[in-house]
Amino acid sequence: MEEGIAQQLVVGTRAATAQECIRLKQQSQLSIVLRQLRRNRGAIVGLSLLILEVLIAIAAPLVAPYNPLEQSPLAALKGPSTKHLFGTDDVGRDILSRVIYGARISLRVGLISVSIAATIGTTLGIIAGFYGGRLDSVIMGLANVLLAFPGILLALAIIAVLGPGLFNVMIAVGIGGIPTYIRVARGSTLSIRNCDYVTGARAVGCNNNRIMLRYILPNALPPLIVLMTVGVAGAILTASGLSFLGLGAQPPTPEWGAMLNAGRTYLRQAWWVAVFPGLAITITVLSINMLGDGLRDALDPKLRR
Amino acid sequence: MWRYIINRLTWVVPVLLAISILVFSMLHLVPGDPVRAMFVESGGATAEQLAQIRHLLGLDKPLHMQYLDYISKALRGNLGQSIITQQSVSELIRANFPSTFQLALAGMSLAVLLGTFLGIVAALHHDSWFDNLIMLIATLGVSMPSFWLGLLLIYVFGIKLRWVPITSGTDLKRLALPAVALGFQAAAIIARMVRSSLLEVLKEDYIRTAHAKGLSNSVVILRHALRNALIPVVTVVGLQFGGLLGGAVIVESVFARRGIGQLLVGALQARDFPLAQGCVLFVAVTYVLVNLAVDLIYGFLDPRIQYHTESTAL
Repeated sequence: MEEGIAQQLVVGTRAATAQECIRLKQQSQLSIVLRQLRRNRGAIVGLSLLILEVLIAIAAPLVAPYNPLEQSPLAALKGPSTKHLFGTDDVGRDILSRVIYGARISLRVGLISVSIAATIGTTLGIIAGFYGGRLDSVIMGLANVLLAFPGILLALAIIAVLGPGLFNVMIAVGIGGIPTYIRVARGSTLSIRNCDYVTGARAVGCNNNRIMLRYILPNALPPLIVLMTVGVAGAILTASGLSFLGLGAQPPTPEWGAMLNAGRTYLRQAWWVAVFPGLAITITVLSINMLGDGLRDALDPKLRR
Repeated sequence: MWRYIINRLTWVVPVLLAISILVFSMLHLVPGDPVRAMFVESGGATAEQLAQIRHLLGLDKPLHMQYLDYISKALRGNLGQSIITQQSVSELIRANFPSTFQLALAGMSLAVLLGTFLGIVAALHHDSWFDNLIMLIATLGVSMPSFWLGLLLIYVFGIKLRWVPITSGTDLKRLALPAVALGFQAAAIIARMVRSSLLEVLKEDYIRTAHAKGLSNSVVILRHALRNALIPVVTVVGLQFGGLLGGAVIVESVFARRGIGQLLVGALQARDFPLAQGCVLFVAVTYVLVNLAVDLIYGFLDPRIQYHTESTAL
């Protein structure tokens, strides 16, 4: 309804350009999505947790009680106490401080990996869907081959080539995510490319690049936003898994997966070394997934009440 | 039906070929000299030794000859030799795969049983606190890293309660915890899928008709609704099985179980390229073949798929 009102307003006052209509349509769609999202308790809880975590990550030097790299051998493997809320690790570092600083690393890894995957995947997917033909076959062939590697295996294969390290993990996880974005972006493009406003844009002389960038990309975004949200969660899980295997962040970096890897050696005498970093991963991924589920419901017109 | 099978088989051949090219390229995409990179960890090697290894790996031949050599040997089951242990890669994979397969199968069985049960219960108690609780567990299951769950299981059931041994091995007692750690995420995904699929089916007219005929609720659910609701779940099971093969890499490491995962991680840490290539190729090919099998089963289970394929081919 809001959509209709927006268009009537524009038509009533002056001749609307196609672009203005699309902008207004997107604005009204955004308000519908936000309203749907506000009604979803899970999404609100997820979003609140995520915002809290981002704030803690940004303010890490202010909120962390200790330097995450500072060793104190005399305080090694001390259990949770008022002095060290999450206890200390094998060299006496404060686990709470390391978990807080770890949030910076994990969120950065998630965002950078998803940016790599979304940028390359969406570009290739839109090109494949828009041009079709042989280009489409080549791009989709590439996507299908990459999808033929299960889960973490592709990331491991890329690590084999690039070598271990946090930066290489981001690239590996990013490349691993590309085919999914190709598929989704291509699917959306196929349904959008024959819409009237695209034909209209072509009729007024827009070139292909402009059509893809200004008309197809904004309308293909909703499913991609959901994918990017849950993609951050998946990237954090995979990257921490690789660090757990010793192929990602290297000591003494306070990365959650690497901390878990170090903690498993002391599981018998100091459970807290492995439990708190794992809890941090789970809460982060859970909050992002809850937000992603809410976004998916809000962006799906069939589920709107 | 035959057209559908041939369609799927012809799709698999180029994918397998492309996988072999990608895996072959791994060695050639290494920045700098791959042979030198292999010996960085062990403190380097003399120029003569490097030349010898290059010759042994066939790296002194033209690229296309190297690939043809690689693929023809791979087709005969020869994946080269491990640089570190000098053992045949195929032999190493053959020795380690049963353990990984056993773990993936146990994880999958657990995931299917638990996921289907929870999904049905949630759908039948739709919008109740029971449904919400199961969905919360499912969301938690999707979000919890398998390696952390594994460590928690070891701590609770192995160290504190001492119900299961935590030493590595392949007997059933030692399989329980790794199977739970591996299968829990897949169970969560299957539970969500079964729930939404069953909720869709329960709205169908034929379910209302079955109720109108006076059939009992359990007969309607088990004989009419579940049979159709489980069809899309087969695809998820197939995808998850492949995913579990990949996930086994981490779980094997947590429980110090022998398997392809441990083999691959060891190869990556030692930069043993022939072994890493062999493991990646083997798991990727297995994954493709499992998905092919699932596609074919899906075709048998859902006649609409065959009809669609045949009508689009005409």
